[in-house]
Amino acid sequence: MSITKRLMYVNRRAPYGTIYALESLEVVLIGAAFEQDVSLAFVDDGVYQLVKGQNTTGIGVKNFSPAYAALGDYDVKKIYIEKESLDQRGLSMDDLQHLTWEDENEDYAEKESMHLVSREELADLLEEQDVVFSF
Amino acid sequence: MATLHTVNKSPFERNALDTCLRLAKQGSGILFLEDGVYGALKGTAASEKVAKAAGEHKVYVLGPDLAARGMQEDQILDGIQVVDYAGFVDLAAEHDRVNAWL
Repeated sequence: MSITKRLMYVNRRAPYGTIYALESLEVVLIGAAFEQDVSLAFVDDGVYQLVKGQNTTGIGVKNFSPAYAALGDYDVKKIYIEKESLDQRGLSMDDLQHLTWEDENEDYAEKESMHLVSREELADLLEEQDVVFSF
Repeated sequence: MATLHTVNKSPFERNALDTCLRLAKQGSGILFLEDGVYGALKGTAASEKVAKAAGEHKVYVLGPDLAARGMQEDQILDGIQVVDYAGFVDLAAEHDRVNAWL
């Protein structure tokens, strides 16, 4: 018997100053193996996790940003970015990685994973979850 | 339907409270605990927004965390209910989900 729950991971921290972002990504990838209805939200400094062109060679820390591109292969295809958080930081969707997933029912057509949402839309999404994980 | 939001950071150090208030649907429960209890006090830079939130949500503060920090119940904003640990458990059980704004 399997019960599918709606799980949302809420990411609110920038990537390298603390361990939150990496831990969240690892938990998401582990959790994805259990075939749940997973979504990710990026809010506040969490939007910095998805900024393109990260280069960590100078700080001696692994650049884990390429791993986000693997989310689609794990059936994690709902990525929500809060518009207000992007605006506040002078960012737009063009500054972020473009994450996609392949629909095996449509000859592996590439589909959009990235969804820009307003504060109100994100508030509604949070209410629809069975479980919310904060990082 | 309703979510219990918990805030455990001081509103003067972190944005957890601001983001919680930005994203909580009307009628949510909001519980201040640990350093979050500083957000429940009268006469601070955060009091106005928290008082406003108390009109739109059910707001609670964890008594043992207030006491630990030397805060008395008469320093708490009107409309905020003090709960003990058993009350915290009841709140978690009564709501559909808990959203911890860390």
